[in-house]
Amino acid sequence: MASIYAGRRRKHAIVMALCIAAAVFGLAFLLLILGALLWHGLWGLTPAVFTEMTPPPGGSGGLLNAIVGSLIMTVLGVAVGAPVGMLAGTYMAEYGRYSRLTMFVRFINDILLSAPSIMIGLFIYEVLVVRMGHFSGLAGAMALAVIVVPVVVRTTEDMLLLVPGPLREAAAALGLPRSYVIIRIAYRAARAGLITGVLLAVARISGETAPLLFTALNNQFWSTDLGAPMASLPAVIFQFALSPYKDWQQLAWTGALIITFAVLTLSVLARVLARQRVTQ
Amino acid sequence: MSIRVQMPADSSEATRADGDAVVMKAVSMASMPRTRLAARDRRQVLRRLQLSDRGFHVITQLAAAAVLVILGGVILSLVLGSLPAIREFGFSFLTSQSWNPVTDKFGALPAIYGTVITSVLAMIIAIPVGIGIAIFLTELCPPSLRRPIGIAIELLAGIPSIIYGIWGLFILAPFLQQFVEPALIAMFGPIPVLSRLFAGPPYGIGIFTASFILAIMVLPFITAISRDVFETVPPVLKEAAFGIGCTTWEVVRKVVIPYTRLGVIGGIMLGLGRALGETMAVTFVIGNAHKISGSLLAPGTTISATIANEFTEAVGDVYTSALIELGLILFVITFIVLAVSRLMLMRVQRRAGAS
Repeated sequence: MASIYAGRRRKHAIVMALCIAAAVFGLAFLLLILGALLWHGLWGLTPAVFTEMTPPPGGSGGLLNAIVGSLIMTVLGVAVGAPVGMLAGTYMAEYGRYSRLTMFVRFINDILLSAPSIMIGLFIYEVLVVRMGHFSGLAGAMALAVIVVPVVVRTTEDMLLLVPGPLREAAAALGLPRSYVIIRIAYRAARAGLITGVLLAVARISGETAPLLFTALNNQFWSTDLGAPMASLPAVIFQFALSPYKDWQQLAWTGALIITFAVLTLSVLARVLARQRVTQ
Repeated sequence: MSIRVQMPADSSEATRADGDAVVMKAVSMASMPRTRLAARDRRQVLRRLQLSDRGFHVITQLAAAAVLVILGGVILSLVLGSLPAIREFGFSFLTSQSWNPVTDKFGALPAIYGTVITSVLAMIIAIPVGIGIAIFLTELCPPSLRRPIGIAIELLAGIPSIIYGIWGLFILAPFLQQFVEPALIAMFGPIPVLSRLFAGPPYGIGIFTASFILAIMVLPFITAISRDVFETVPPVLKEAAFGIGCTTWEVVRKVVIPYTRLGVIGGIMLGLGRALGETMAVTFVIGNAHKISGSLLAPGTTISATIANEFTEAVGDVYTSALIELGLILFVITFIVLAVSRLMLMRVQRRAGAS
């Protein structure tokens, strides 16, 4: 008997120790990655990074055109993708909550949510780049917009479903038409959640590289022309990190630090907002 | 079915408020008796509201349909784009190992092999660790630490894949090359079958490194979903098991995991779907060699890495088309994996909702 007890206790101790080790393993990588980014990135974080263009090999310069390109495409992508996603999410949570279309869209949307983003790049390449005959910032923004849609659909639906039904019924009882109930009551009640969704979408696309590689391509120079190839931070990091030049690699690390900092700030912000929604 | 709110014919507070501006304008005209005017205005307002109401309904429905259109567009464009390559190579594209842009001979096998092997290896590493973290979070962790650690693990999912790439290339690959890979070679060298798997010089860059990075990347997905489904286990079940003297591990092994098996598998499939399609991190560390080698330490390639590396440099229709066909293959694989994952998770949700 005693040996069985001891064996069970030993097994329990071993497995639980392994679980703790697993958690330490996971956390260690977060710290290792952030540590490496700070260590390598901070060296190059000078004002020039934000004021000068990407340099030729061996020259000095910054990441200004890449940062601006990223901002333009991200803003445009969210501006196009978020409304579509919100409206679709609105349909799924409000009008067609139990309809067959909703079930189907939800299923497809969840697949799009984790579909490889490089396929979105190929899609936009076929639809826009081939048609237009050249790579462009617009195509890059559209690729990002396609990635934004499923993220926003998902959060919008979830957040609207959290809005209590009696709130809508009370509004309807006052004689408000359906669309007013949704816009004036449901949206307002779910506002923090809706903003969370958009923030998450921004966080998601600001680090996306694969869909930009063959839509926006890259650009060594200053360009805000949406019809021309446009630089973006991730694409520049990709190019510079794989180059043999030390200056370029340094800039890649600095760019990586900037992106990670921005993305993590956004997702923490989104989390805080989401928690406010819950505690209200 | 949608429930439309019918406006009552006589005035309600809301319509009056909404129609106020119109009414006031109309009153200033004051050419007709007030009551008739008000009735007409009310009709107008109601019609306007009805119109905007229906318009909003249709717009949201169209947006929902747009999600389907996007998926349809992706499928259609991939199929159309890969037609030239399908016509050129037919079925042999899937079985050929050659990848020669000069002679325009392309085969997808090395890329498919690389994609599958890196993902499977990544899952072998990530599944036990991910589930281990989930067990830690739900069963062992002091409640005050649960949230911070959970968030930290989820932040791992938020880090863009290019960051994993640059970190893998400059930090992880040299580390593995110096310390881990020589140890693996030395350890498995004398063992017959395994020595083949861990043969060759330690490049640092290759299938093993890519799998390792992928494992770290899919870890948060497996952890998050496992933790969520672990939390759906009714406390009564666990308490009953503890009550008859089970250890925590026995409760997890005999109660929690059987109860949540479907959800955990769903989470694993979701992670697998992510790993299969992951592009940038793999592109940095896989080595981009179009060949199948028995050793896990050798460089290889994956579908997404091939596309990312070669697409903008591809010249000629067949080359481009072959790359798009690779994309189509990736799409089919990930679609199946993700669809299965979703179906499983949906069943779990339905069960959780029913109970």
